[in-house]
Amino acid sequence: MVPIAYYLVLSAVLFSIGVAAFLIKRNIITVFLSIELMLNAVNLTFVAFSRQWSQVSGHLQVNGQIFVFFVMVVAAAEAAVGLAIIIAVFRARNTLNVDQIDLMKL
Amino acid sequence: MTDLHLWLIPLVPLAGFLVNGLLGRKAPKPVVTAVALIGSLIPLLQVSAIVLKFGSLTLPHIETVGTWIQADTFHADFSFQLDQLTLVMLSVVTGVGFLIHVYSVGYMGPEEGYWRFFAYMNLFLFFMLTLVLAENFLLMFVGWEGVGLASYLLIGFYYTRDSAANAGKKAFIVNRIGDVGFLLAMFLLIQHFGTLSFGGVFGAIATNPAWQGGFLTAIALFLVLGATGKSAQIPLYVWLPDAMEGPTPVSALIHAATMVTAGVYMIARTHVIFDRSSFALAVVAIIGVATALFAATIGMVQTDIKRVLAYSTISQLGYMFLGCGVAAYSAGIFHLVTHAFFKALLFLAAGSVIHALSGEQDMRAMGGLRRKIPITFWTMTAAVLAIAGCPPLAGFVSKDEILYQAFISPNGGKILWAVGLLTAGLTSFYMFRLWYLTFFGESRAQASEAAAVHARSDTKLVLEAEHHAHPVHESPWVMLGPLVILAIFSVIGGWMGWPEGLGGSNWFSRFLESIASAVPAASPAGNHQVELILALVSTLVAAAGWLVAHVMYYAKPELPGRVAAQFHAVYSLLKNKYWVDEIYGALIVAPVLFMARWVLGVLIDRGLIDGGTLTAGYSAQGLGALVARIQSGNIRSYAGWLALFAAALLAASWFGWTTHFLLR
Repeated sequence: MVPIAYYLVLSAVLFSIGVAAFLIKRNIITVFLSIELMLNAVNLTFVAFSRQWSQVSGHLQVNGQIFVFFVMVVAAAEAAVGLAIIIAVFRARNTLNVDQIDLMKL
Repeated sequence: MTDLHLWLIPLVPLAGFLVNGLLGRKAPKPVVTAVALIGSLIPLLQVSAIVLKFGSLTLPHIETVGTWIQADTFHADFSFQLDQLTLVMLSVVTGVGFLIHVYSVGYMGPEEGYWRFFAYMNLFLFFMLTLVLAENFLLMFVGWEGVGLASYLLIGFYYTRDSAANAGKKAFIVNRIGDVGFLLAMFLLIQHFGTLSFGGVFGAIATNPAWQGGFLTAIALFLVLGATGKSAQIPLYVWLPDAMEGPTPVSALIHAATMVTAGVYMIARTHVIFDRSSFALAVVAIIGVATALFAATIGMVQTDIKRVLAYSTISQLGYMFLGCGVAAYSAGIFHLVTHAFFKALLFLAAGSVIHALSGEQDMRAMGGLRRKIPITFWTMTAAVLAIAGCPPLAGFVSKDEILYQAFISPNGGKILWAVGLLTAGLTSFYMFRLWYLTFFGESRAQASEAAAVHARSDTKLVLEAEHHAHPVHESPWVMLGPLVILAIFSVIGGWMGWPEGLGGSNWFSRFLESIASAVPAASPAGNHQVELILALVSTLVAAAGWLVAHVMYYAKPELPGRVAAQFHAVYSLLKNKYWVDEIYGALIVAPVLFMARWVLGVLIDRGLIDGGTLTAGYSAQGLGALVARIQSGNIRSYAGWLALFAAALLAASWFGWTTHFLLR
């Protein structure tokens, strides 16, 4: 049985990598990937806590797992919309550098 | 119960005001005239109709149109009351009011703003009629304030002239001081009686004979403060002489016959309160007699014909106060009525003189007008004789009634009587002085042209209007008609109150007995012999006043100058009106202005209020400018801030900080 702390530490590491990448990277697609990384870090904690709770209470607790599905669905939708926006931005600006995209108007 | 539609009486002039005020600018003059005259004639006809069926009414006749203010158990209604006192006031206001409207058609004919003048006059009638018809203090106060407004508008009628605009402001502000008294009296009434209706208050007092003085004295004194403002008594009389800046018909209607008598009417109306406070009554009597003497002495040396009449009005109002102060309310009201006749006549005749002289108001530039404007001369003679107290004219009867009542009054009556008698002599003197200066001797119109110009800049005399100079002429009949009617009333008006001591029946006093007589104990039994002797004495005093005036201004015209030189200190004291305006200016106006300009204006307004709001505004602006830099548009900087504060929250919670307090 792997202690829950391991999962949480892994999740924190993943999340921190996501945050750092979000802040450091200039390419919008990489930024997008780092968001996915943060989401999945959170998913990991959900699953970990869900399992932990089931063990402690003696009953199967799936709330956390259900949340994971929600997050996945949202992430999928976000990816579809986000990629579409990225393509539109690229067509208009000919760049994917976020530092050069600082106006709301395309 | 017959419905007299009392509410219509004030409403008709209001309609006249609205029509002329809204449409008069474009309307042709005859239409304006017609509207204004109808607006003042219909109330007169209504009042005449009421007089005819007065005997069949149950008094007091009260008509309530609706509820005005309702709060818990307290309520003030739009209710009107008709009783003997109201009827007397209604007759005076509508009768004299209509005559002066007619006169104004002639007098104001060539003026700019003809429609404006008549709109204001009708507005004045509306408020004055509201004042006398009101059945509660609050509605009365509406009329009270309203006549003040109309007075302000009409004094400042020639608003392009600084002196007129300032006089209007002065009248309004000085009256406001008195109004504070009226308001405080109403607050006390609400506190002690829970009602403002006359019936409620007076009924409560009647059922509690133990109430003497105390809070009733306080209420009475506050009412007196209000009355001194409106009726131009010491210490608030200063506005009335300046009010002569208005057109002469205004001086006649508002500042002689009707509005200024509102204070006397108010005291007579609320006499139930005064009867319970001998102290308040004494205050009224002393204020009255002091004002009468004070104003009469000033009136002796004024040279502006209207100012002499203004001081005379103040003096006569003092008599009315004296009458009320010795609990002889019907005598005070009687003098109010006769005074309305002869003082309105005096002003209108003075207006006719001014009209004849193309705007000249300085008596030093008059003289010798007797033959040139004979009708004005004869009507004015009637008024002068009446006010001077020549029997059997109106002023003699009413003034004597007051003096007699003062004499038999138990509270220091002899002194009041003596001062009143002295004032009667002075009154006779200054009125005949005016009469001689205006109508007798040689015309000084041409000779004193230079002097008059000098006087104008000197004493701030001003022409009524920019009349074209033309030869001395009698006024048209539209002006003379009212003069003649008022002259008749000035002669015979007193007969309705002819004293019993002189073989009359004093109908007027008995007519008002049920409404305006003190509790029986307060009015001692009269003595007809005393009354007769007093009448003789005051006639002699009046004659003495005439004699002095005759010698000084007719027989030996060089005498006044010598007397003035001889008693220079006294003369300049009177000439400068005891420097009261200057004293008030230094003691009250200057400190108030200082407070307003520097403490309230600079310190509070600009410093505290402006400073506070500006500081708040500018600091918000500065903070905004600072914070706006965060919104750079750079997505990575946003993310950085987000991460930074998330980390900060995390760190804070690490050290035990929770958000529980937000949830509590």
